[in-house]
Amino acid sequence: MSTYDKSMALTGQPPKSLSTSQKLATLTGVTGLGIMLLAIFNVSFPNKTLWLSISLSALFAGILWFSWDAYSQKLPGIKNDGVWFKSISNRGFWAWVAGLSLTGFYIILYFYPEYLGLVSDGDNKGVIGLFDPLSKALSGNPASQWFVYGTLYTVAILAFGIKFLWKYRHNRYEKLRTWSVMFFQTAFAFIIPELMARLNGDKILNGGSLPYYDLKNVWPLNYYNFESYRIKGFLSSGDIGFALLVFGILSIFVITPILTYKYGKRWYCSWVCGCGGLAETAGDSFRQLSDKSTFAWKVERWVVHSVVVFVTLMTTAVVYSYLGTDTSKYWLTKSSFLIGVAVLLTLVFVWVMLFKRDQLQKDAQYGAIGYFVIIMALLGMHFFSGDGNVFLFKSETLRKSYSFLIGSIFSGVIGTGFYPIFGSRVWCRFGCPMAAILGFQQRLFSRFRITTNGGQCISCGNCSTYCEMGIDVRAYAQKGENIVRASCVGCGICSAVCPRGVLKLENGPLEGRIDSNQVLLGNDVDLMTLVNQK
Amino acid sequence: MENIVIIGNGIAGVTAARHIRKLSDKRITLISAETDYFFSRTALMYVYMGHMKFEHTQPYENGFWKKNRIELVKGFVTQVIPEDKKVSLDGGKSIFYDKLIIATGSKPNKFGWPGQDLDGVQGLYSKQDLDLLEQNAPNNKVCKRAVIVGGGLIGIELAEMLRTRDIPVTFLVREDSFWNGILPSGESQMINEHIVEHHIDLRLSSSLKEIVSDENGRVKSIIVEETGEEIPCDLVGLTAGVTPNIDFLKDSGIELGRGVKVNRFLETNSKDIYAIGDCAEQHKAIGNRRPVEAVWYTGRMMGETVAQTICGNKIPYNPGHWFNSAKFLDIEYQTYGWVFSERRKKAEEVHFHWRHPKEKICITIAFHKDSKELLGINTFGIRLRHEIFDRWLTEKRNVEYVLEHLMDANFDPEFYKTYENDIVNQFNSDFGKSIHSKKKSLKRIFQFA
Repeated sequence: MSTYDKSMALTGQPPKSLSTSQKLATLTGVTGLGIMLLAIFNVSFPNKTLWLSISLSALFAGILWFSWDAYSQKLPGIKNDGVWFKSISNRGFWAWVAGLSLTGFYIILYFYPEYLGLVSDGDNKGVIGLFDPLSKALSGNPASQWFVYGTLYTVAILAFGIKFLWKYRHNRYEKLRTWSVMFFQTAFAFIIPELMARLNGDKILNGGSLPYYDLKNVWPLNYYNFESYRIKGFLSSGDIGFALLVFGILSIFVITPILTYKYGKRWYCSWVCGCGGLAETAGDSFRQLSDKSTFAWKVERWVVHSVVVFVTLMTTAVVYSYLGTDTSKYWLTKSSFLIGVAVLLTLVFVWVMLFKRDQLQKDAQYGAIGYFVIIMALLGMHFFSGDGNVFLFKSETLRKSYSFLIGSIFSGVIGTGFYPIFGSRVWCRFGCPMAAILGFQQRLFSRFRITTNGGQCISCGNCSTYCEMGIDVRAYAQKGENIVRASCVGCGICSAVCPRGVLKLENGPLEGRIDSNQVLLGNDVDLMTLVNQK
Repeated sequence: MENIVIIGNGIAGVTAARHIRKLSDKRITLISAETDYFFSRTALMYVYMGHMKFEHTQPYENGFWKKNRIELVKGFVTQVIPEDKKVSLDGGKSIFYDKLIIATGSKPNKFGWPGQDLDGVQGLYSKQDLDLLEQNAPNNKVCKRAVIVGGGLIGIELAEMLRTRDIPVTFLVREDSFWNGILPSGESQMINEHIVEHHIDLRLSSSLKEIVSDENGRVKSIIVEETGEEIPCDLVGLTAGVTPNIDFLKDSGIELGRGVKVNRFLETNSKDIYAIGDCAEQHKAIGNRRPVEAVWYTGRMMGETVAQTICGNKIPYNPGHWFNSAKFLDIEYQTYGWVFSERRKKAEEVHFHWRHPKEKICITIAFHKDSKELLGINTFGIRLRHEIFDRWLTEKRNVEYVLEHLMDANFDPEFYKTYENDIVNQFNSDFGKSIHSKKKSLKRIFQFA
């Protein structure tokens, strides 16, 4: 239709046109980025502190000004007018510009930080040099590419978070959730780890030094948490270091399962997690671009669970590689560790197959059995062969490939770089092993569900369109079924955009949570009994 | 193999097709002249507003129909010949049926206004209407002002749509308050305020006298009946209700009234021909319902019912408690049971009305004067749990019980402010009671032991 204009013009007819204020706001934001770009090309700024402040403030102010202009004059309510007409949110010219720029940025960030000005034996140059004053103020150390990235990341979550708060100012669930991700990003991901770095070498850590630790970043999202250098760091840093290590282990094995049981995986994915935080704030304009096809769903299930298997194997191999064999030196040895892993996986597998089998589709069952057999075979092969390599590969090779393929390419370059093309949650949906583990539990053992309100659904499709995880919410809602999906991150937007009040995220009894019956569509009860006969 | 032919691929026809497929192996042919695939009619507005693309309004992937062996035929049915068990399509094609389901929906009302067929005058019902609107009102340069005639659900939706493109809208409403044939006055008044708040030029007690043409046969202006005022405009939206779309059945011998006459089994007077959805008219209204129910939900229910009958389990159309919903610009509306406007309510129907002092939130509970039995509830800006109200209506709960347990029925998203205490306080002061609001109980809501 004529309105799906993919022209590169920034202006056009309402609602896709930009007001004068919005154009100026865009200019302000771009100026902020421009200063950083100039720094990349080694324009030297005399007063770095001043120019960095100007740059970040301009970026921040530009985003806020733009959003204020977009929402302040409108009554509270859903603000999706023109989403599919705008080039940036409809895979038009500006979407590709943004996508390619972001992707390029990620490639440089991960693989060529020297172009950003990283100097390992001397003073930083370029944009990293520009960030030195801020980094020194926080941690006492010069900036790294990760510090630059972390700062921009935090600015993005805060500025776009405020935009989101205005956009959804009528919705308290959305507001609280957004305050939460803004807080966790700023405090846990950005400030606390930098301040913790100040303790390194201090006597409170017995002179040891802690690895950089974002406390809310749980293994396996934080796939490197149990690598040798980190374990050494933790164990060399006195009681505090030991406590942090224990916290890291408890996070995935105790804290996460309890919270997920009570609230579903949303407590993490859309309230705490940094990746989720960015997706929900900076990525909010792109949520509608996720692929809703059943094909995408099939791909998603295989890919994301394969990543879980990969990270489990990788971590097992890595931990194995630095453990000793002598029980008299340390209670945990190579053999006992492998046995432990095998027992844990077997317990999970047996529990699912005995008690939850009926809730898994056929292909999911085959997948589970297949992966279980493979892991056990690999563990067994090692155990009985006594070979130095675990699982046929060197642990270092596994670690490096995971870090490259999943840690960098998948989560960064594709996951965030392609926001404007594939939507904001590509990483969370297809790649994140943490999301997969939480999702597995959410599907099988959690009180969380999205309740469908009887027969009120009109199949309009707003819920499915705006589901960033590509769940076809409507497919359930129009049948009167509750939505209980492993991938649901509980962002609550389906419920917000529903024009008929059909969807509610809530925690309730496990019993009857997944109701595959067609309930109460308004017809008389006898007929509904017939309809539900299988 | 028995061939079931369904005319119309809206919610009624498609629901019938799906359920027949679930219950049987019969051959199913679904004919539509409107679109290739089923879409949600109620979602058309969001396409114009840019919330969705048209393809997003299609609830099933395109492969669904083949997979479920539902044959789709694109064509306009010109005639039904019951004697030959045949329908004729334009272009001369014919399709033979063993059983025929008519589910052709509605068309916008036109009441014989002068100029009602001019260019730039249209209703809003079909995909074609949407495409036409895109031509008539692509932006506020082409369409400098729109006039909407008819203050109902489609009218207010059209106004909302046009406003997203900054097109000035004049909204003619015949009644002295928006939709007050259906809504009690407090609610109707609140919606009036909300319409104005959205910069829509709301004209109450105003009806259309005539539409004036320019030299090219396009609308130039309209004239208001009551004041004689001429309002220049480039678009006239006719949204004064809908009427069954059954012209093609005129000479078929099938009994017609306003719609296709059906009995409780949704059978017409002609053997093996059924009618469902907007186009069906009950011989006798069911309960408080109207004989023609042009509502999404009833279309779906009739589709479910007729599928049972056709698959050998003959059952009557027996809708449960009435419910409906809509959205007026930013305000969501839900209703369960019956709450009548002052104009239509009977003497024994008493209303309790609460409105938030600042926000656009209100509720009205209707109950029986003597027995205090709950008759129905309307809410604006508060979501309610369908299952709970359905249960309370079945259990014939009295109004005091309902108010005490109102928190159980709240369906707003988590952390929303709740107003049950304010509501109960006002009820107490209005009716001299001393009820206390009970805390929300998951046990009562989900009914587990």
